[in-house]
Amino acid sequence: MHNKREPLLHISKRGAVKWYSAWLIRLAALVLAMLVCALVTTLTTGLNPLQIYATMWKGSFGSPRKIWVLSHDVAMLLCVSLAVTPAFRMKFWNIGAEGQTLAGCLAAASCMILLRNALPNWAIICCMVVASLLAGALWGLIPAFFKARWNTNETLFTLMMNYIATQLVAFFCVVWESPKGSGQIGIINQQSELGWLPVIGGQRYLLNILVVAFLCVAMYIYLNYSKHGYEISVVGESERTARYVGIKVDRIIIRTMVLSGAICGIAGLLLVGSTDHTLTTTLAGGNGFTAVMVSWLAKFNPIWMILTSFLITFLGRGASEISKAFSLNQSFADILTGIILFFIIGSEFFISYRVHLRGLAGKGAKQDV
Amino acid sequence: MKKLVSALVMIALVACLFTVTAMAEETPVKVGFIFLHDENSTYDLNFLNAAKEACEAKGVEYVLVTNIDEGQQCYDTAAELVEDEGCNIVFADSFGHESFMIQAAKDYPEVQFCHATGTRAHTEGLDNYHNAFASIYEGRFLAGVAAGLKLNEMIENGEFSAEEAKIGYVAAYPYAEVKSGYTSFFLGARYICPSATMEVTFTNSWYDEALEKEGATRLIGNNCKLISQHADSMGAPTACETAGVPDVSYNGSTVAACPNTFIVSSRINWAPYMEHMIECVQKGEPIEADWTGTIETGSVELSEINEAVAAAGTAEKIEEVKALLADGTLKVYDTATFTVGGETLESYLADVDDMGDFVPETEVISDGYFHESEYRSAPYFDLDIDGIVNIDA
Repeated sequence: MHNKREPLLHISKRGAVKWYSAWLIRLAALVLAMLVCALVTTLTTGLNPLQIYATMWKGSFGSPRKIWVLSHDVAMLLCVSLAVTPAFRMKFWNIGAEGQTLAGCLAAASCMILLRNALPNWAIICCMVVASLLAGALWGLIPAFFKARWNTNETLFTLMMNYIATQLVAFFCVVWESPKGSGQIGIINQQSELGWLPVIGGQRYLLNILVVAFLCVAMYIYLNYSKHGYEISVVGESERTARYVGIKVDRIIIRTMVLSGAICGIAGLLLVGSTDHTLTTTLAGGNGFTAVMVSWLAKFNPIWMILTSFLITFLGRGASEISKAFSLNQSFADILTGIILFFIIGSEFFISYRVHLRGLAGKGAKQDV
Repeated sequence: MKKLVSALVMIALVACLFTVTAMAEETPVKVGFIFLHDENSTYDLNFLNAAKEACEAKGVEYVLVTNIDEGQQCYDTAAELVEDEGCNIVFADSFGHESFMIQAAKDYPEVQFCHATGTRAHTEGLDNYHNAFASIYEGRFLAGVAAGLKLNEMIENGEFSAEEAKIGYVAAYPYAEVKSGYTSFFLGARYICPSATMEVTFTNSWYDEALEKEGATRLIGNNCKLISQHADSMGAPTACETAGVPDVSYNGSTVAACPNTFIVSSRINWAPYMEHMIECVQKGEPIEADWTGTIETGSVELSEINEAVAAAGTAEKIEEVKALLADGTLKVYDTATFTVGGETLESYLADVDDMGDFVPETEVISDGYFHESEYRSAPYFDLDIDGIVNIDA
């Protein structure tokens, strides 16, 4: 045994890590990320990295308007992240939030367009709320039903549903296009503002932020203090255990995915009814996929997700500001975002595992004992 | 007395000096530009280059913002450019930005909003919202002349018969801008090669390299002898280079990637318009609701001709036709040169006032030709003329 060559490094699982050392590791990762970014920036562009960081900060907090836009972007990303979280907690990998959001957008927009000459404003808004909730829920229900019934692969199924939703939206963009042949809808009811959700206190984005803040708290309570939330956790831990204790797993899967889809539907409603007032295939803006990362990084905790969605939005907006201020390609900003995310996600590995180097390993092993 | 006179002279001089400086003093300008994509799209690259060129020529400050969606992000960016960057002109380059630019124009009445390719400025009634386009159909017609000459050359060389002179065209959307573009190109080719016909396929996207390549390959498979396109990627030109089929491209020369097939390319040069809008604001003059650039303003350009591929005498012929267009003896959409459903048109109502009602209201045929880009800058020629076949229909 003693003659066996030790590998250069080996990895072992850490026990429970104290909260402060976990945060120290995360902080160290962030500092390292910043250093690597600075190095890359100076080497490739010759710019002063401090200037770059100042610009990133300015992109998010440079003016009250920027802070509002940032808060709104955080809220919309958080909304979709909240939607995917209950499914993730039961290890149902829903990567179809993009499509579920688009389904909600399509439903809201169709109410605005089809009912504008038929119903008063309040009735149109009521229809929009119901229609987008149902559309999102339906887009979540279909893959859940197939999973529960025939155990289909939910990752592929939800992914494919995204494309169907995108193509449906593309189709209706042509049906409702204006002018003819352009494939564009433009702002819906720009003159009459029919179906536009109310603006609170003169702040265009406040409604969306408040709705998502409410959803966030509600989701936290639902997941942690309700029977449903408990059932979701049990199914996530082990389906067999869940069955053994008499939980109807199929029902939980379907119920949870309907909830996920419906919350995406709300995101769609807010986008079309409250801010954008249009319908395009890119309206969901990739939030359906980014939400997966937000939810994971926050370990499926709705309150932590505020922080993680803030972080990702902050990086994104900072990146755009850099490309604007220094006339750099957007790709450069994406490189910086990539580096930072790489370190942050990587730090989670070092929180769960310990790396032993040969030579040091002996000492380390003794210490561990 | 002497003192009084000299004092008066001094005052007069100072006053003169003040008036001169006041006259020379222009409103300082800062322009914010909003682009749908970045320089990887040939369409946006064309605007980016023009923006830099125009602002540097006029010596004004500018901010370029790329990758802005055709949604609320466009409004937010416009508002940021005004409030945080202090821009007094905001320019957007994509058709879908229009409604959001109008919204911003309403919220910031003291700032000028200029939008390329839009249709609504002349009916919105806003003093600070403007559309611009160029008579690119004339450029397309000239590019068509080059195509016609190439077809004639290939017929003379015995490569195919006159009846087989079929052009293939990869188009984006079945939208007036695109239809106007391919029809004028086709009319230019038929002006030179009377037996020419054309097949069109639509990608239903402004930028999709794979689809554009596939479309071009399909047209070549249908025995099209020459290809042209209205789409923003290198898809069609590279398909032509692979198959060895001559190509007339758009938005700029593709000769570097396609030295054996590229003939010529037409494009809109946006710098003259951008300089115009900057001058207007500097001098405190109003900007037109609709501005249509022409060959004379330098807005419609042809790239350098690739002599290795183009037929002999192409440059001379283009100059000759250009002169005819300039003095008005030749009209691109002369109703005597095309038919629709076998009939020569004497009247046509186009939907020039884009009120979202889809009701055509403006008579656009008079004096024997279709008046394109005269009643508003964005094209409205959306006729399907005989000789052009939509193979997707």
